[in-house]
Amino acid sequence: MIEVRNLRKTFGPTVAVDDVSFDVANGEVLGFLGPNGAGKTTTMRVLTCYIPPDTGTAKVAGFDTATQSIEVRRKIGYLPENAPLYLDMEVTEYLGFVAEIRGLPPDSRSRRVAAMIDLCSLGEVRRRPVGELSKGFRQRVGLAQTLIHDPEVLVLDEPTTGLDPNQIVQIRELIKRIGREKTVILSTHILQEVEATCSRVQIINDGRLIAHGTVEELTSLATGDTRVIARLKAADARSIEPRLRTLPGVTGLRNLGDGGGEGRFEVIASGTTGDSLEESIFRCAVENGWVLTEMRREAQSLEQVFQRLTRGEA
Amino acid sequence: METVIPIFKKELRSYFQSPIAYIFLTVFLIILNGLLFWASGFLVVGQADLRDFFGLISIMLIFFVPAMSMRLWSEEMKLGTMELLMTFPVRDWEAVVGKFLAALAIIALAILLTLPLPIALAFLGRPDAGPIIGGYLGALLLAAAYLAIGAWTSSTTSNQIVSFILALLILLIGSFGFDWIRQFSPSWLASILAYLSLREHFDNITRGVIDIRDIFYYFTIVGFFLYLNVRSIESRKWS
Repeated sequence: MIEVRNLRKTFGPTVAVDDVSFDVANGEVLGFLGPNGAGKTTTMRVLTCYIPPDTGTAKVAGFDTATQSIEVRRKIGYLPENAPLYLDMEVTEYLGFVAEIRGLPPDSRSRRVAAMIDLCSLGEVRRRPVGELSKGFRQRVGLAQTLIHDPEVLVLDEPTTGLDPNQIVQIRELIKRIGREKTVILSTHILQEVEATCSRVQIINDGRLIAHGTVEELTSLATGDTRVIARLKAADARSIEPRLRTLPGVTGLRNLGDGGGEGRFEVIASGTTGDSLEESIFRCAVENGWVLTEMRREAQSLEQVFQRLTRGEA
Repeated sequence: METVIPIFKKELRSYFQSPIAYIFLTVFLIILNGLLFWASGFLVVGQADLRDFFGLISIMLIFFVPAMSMRLWSEEMKLGTMELLMTFPVRDWEAVVGKFLAALAIIALAILLTLPLPIALAFLGRPDAGPIIGGYLGALLLAAAYLAIGAWTSSTTSNQIVSFILALLILLIGSFGFDWIRQFSPSWLASILAYLSLREHFDNITRGVIDIRDIFYYFTIVGFFLYLNVRSIESRKWS
């Protein structure tokens, strides 16, 4: 559905996007992740034909953004950052304008506007000027606008910035629902957002793509290590640490503090032995007569992956 | 082409939704009538000459048109809706023309609302139809030229005040500045300045002598500045 090849865009001396290539398949929800100023917005602006790239190509539904810009724009629904809107228009009026400029036939316009008001739960504010609405409602008006012509591709630039936690959940639900039928690219610097809504992730930093894959792939890609947190009770708490160190595959051990005869440890193992780490800890505890009160595998969060990748590159 | 209409409608609506259009129409008519009756003694003298009337309109437009055009693009840039508008399936020139026509419609309405004056005059004296028709045609062409210039300055800045002042400056120079410089210019330069002067052609038309060259002049100005307007919107793509 979307094909980006060797995209490069500079603004004066700054390279905003550097040699970026990626594909988005039909029906995928791609999370475009990166710190502020990494090149997310620039990439999206190229895709939506707002600005042309210096070199490289971007195709949407087979149309080239450089030479078939109008066709591309017809296929896309775009929500720019901060959801800019015409503030003096009423909600229905605004959606009606978008429907008209999007070339919807007159008889279907009001039907589509009503459907969007329904989908985005805008019923109670339909007659209010957009300028009087709260940020959450505006964001939903923005989303309704992107959907009105039933586009194949949605490009959403930071759709949840500035919203309160309830609104964020609502918007995410909405995006998820939409994502079942459409191809979506969603940029964000909030990691939970990606975990909550996206089927695939792509991390961009300093204008370059530094990682891509599913959320699971990315989290495991960050490190080959396995981390297990174990809380053990023993008559002699000091005897626990050296014994754990001798377990097969263990490369690191961190004492997370203990109280009385109890010790809490983070055990780090590398390589394939990591898979059976819990098992060895359990056996070790049984052999020494310790009581195991807690054991869980510490999942590497996307957050850690992100920090590692973006810091490592900088 | 088909998107010129929704943009035209949207602009027109936003002029009437905010008080801009009403204020513009009211203030324009009050000031025009006020100046005519009290300052120039229009009716006291009893002259059935409409030259003063159209002369006054032409000067008022220098101040009123930039007030109308300043928001056209600056507001879109300020609100960030430019990014929305330019990613709709709209060609740049369609947006430029749609906005231009919407603002022109309101200015034309303001000019046409002055019609009672020359009609009243027709009862009092015996004015020629020629100068009246010529005057209105001239005023419309002049307003269109001013507006094209104002729309262009608006597209160069996200600040409406800057847009207003730039347009005002250009209109004042193009109307009076050229005439003033002309007095000290060698004849070859003077004739160029006379041709370029925004008012010179207006004066010709209001005399009731409708020359195709004068009309062509205004169409050229409108075309030229609308072209600059399109280029200026495209300039986002160059950086």
